[in-house]
Amino acid sequence: MCLGIPGKVVETYDQDGLRMGKVDFGGVRKQVCLEHTATILPGQYVIVHVGFALHVIDEQEAMQIFSFLAKMNELSELGEVSTLPPHTPHDLQPLEPAKFPLAS
Amino acid sequence: MKYQDEYRDPIAAEKLLQAIRALATHPWTIMEVCGGQTHTIVKYGLDELLPAGIELVHGPGCPVCVTPLELIDKAIAIATQPDVIFCSFGDMLRVPGSRSDLLAVKAAGGDVRIIYSPLDCLKIATQNPERAVVFFAVGFETTAPANAMAVWQARQRGITNFSVLVSHVLVPPAMRALLASPTNRVQGFLGAGHVCAVVGFEEYEPLAKEFRVPIVVTGFEPLDLLEGIYRCVAMLEAGRIGVDNQYARVVRREGNSAARQLIEQVFAVTDRQWRGIGLIPKSGYRLTAEYEQFDAEKRFAVQNMQVIESDRCISGLVLQGVKKPHQCPAFGRECTPLHPLGATMVSSEGACAAHFQYGRYRDTMLQAPIHA
Repeated sequence: MCLGIPGKVVETYDQDGLRMGKVDFGGVRKQVCLEHTATILPGQYVIVHVGFALHVIDEQEAMQIFSFLAKMNELSELGEVSTLPPHTPHDLQPLEPAKFPLAS
Repeated sequence: MKYQDEYRDPIAAEKLLQAIRALATHPWTIMEVCGGQTHTIVKYGLDELLPAGIELVHGPGCPVCVTPLELIDKAIAIATQPDVIFCSFGDMLRVPGSRSDLLAVKAAGGDVRIIYSPLDCLKIATQNPERAVVFFAVGFETTAPANAMAVWQARQRGITNFSVLVSHVLVPPAMRALLASPTNRVQGFLGAGHVCAVVGFEEYEPLAKEFRVPIVVTGFEPLDLLEGIYRCVAMLEAGRIGVDNQYARVVRREGNSAARQLIEQVFAVTDRQWRGIGLIPKSGYRLTAEYEQFDAEKRFAVQNMQVIESDRCISGLVLQGVKKPHQCPAFGRECTPLHPLGATMVSSEGACAAHFQYGRYRDTMLQAPIHA
């Protein structure tokens, strides 16, 4: 049910009062409802679930993991053990440290 | 395929695994909520590649699995009626009801149709004005915008021979029920990425704070899961609680506002029974008063369903992460995808189906050989 596939918007049009689109999934094209991603343009990518686009895929955010991995490469090339400082999530809500005892 | 292939790179995966190994100094128990995530983990053997102390527990994020037995029986009762065209997502068809399943109804001549998008049902309804089209609206928050759109459109376009059998469930109340349970061992969560793409993750913040856990909203590809696990372990090691977002290419804190607005128009929160778990307050959707006319349960008045659950099936314990599929005596024996005892062996997101499909029944064979 939560299976969402990334696809490239190829065409957009209106049908029965809804924003629709032709989305390409590695060569297979399907009709997708774009009503919830109404400002999407051809060439952009969306995550599709049961024939509906859930959200646009942000290209910049998509690169984040690869720059993280590249940093790991640099560190290991420098001979550093791959103990990276814990990743600081940019949208982590700052909360007080946990007081639960760490599992032993 | 872009945004898929690059997240399956084995070299990158190994790097993330190395990072996790270097980071973990304590054993940790982490739950991945969504069935889709369970499948990726089992398919790529990620749980077996992690350092020994990190345990992944499968969560109840399989809406097919948690649809109450009573609703399956109601669906079967409705589908059996001669003037009904019963539409459903594919994997609901083989979910065992008390005595039968939707596929058996179809085999016996019932008009049961598999649809891809809820909008397909409207097409069927307009093409068959003399028939009653019923749609089994199953899903988590991920599917709610699509299901809501079908109902909203039906009203807009005056498609009156259409109704929905609603079986929507919500993730945060399920997580709350698990965390509040005295037997809970889960210390951190990988949040359901596509649920959060729709509704955002604001609702998880008070949950993280109240139960003092890290929740990392995570995607579905191997690199997503590994990065999510890495971030979760990092928070656990540092004693930090709160919500982090690994799946930022698709998830924003506020979710998809257009989708949320539509959901709020069509659906209202209600108490729901979860198959194998029981009643979880405010954990599902029903139609709002404005859309009540499309409620199949009211239109078809199916009452007094006597439900019979298999006494061998331990789906409920699997969904709560208390047992693993191979710990079920029936797993791989009486219960296989060909003849399932429960929903977790049927659904494409069920933990039992995942374990069977990816060869984990070997664990069963090794533990307790069948005597001929």
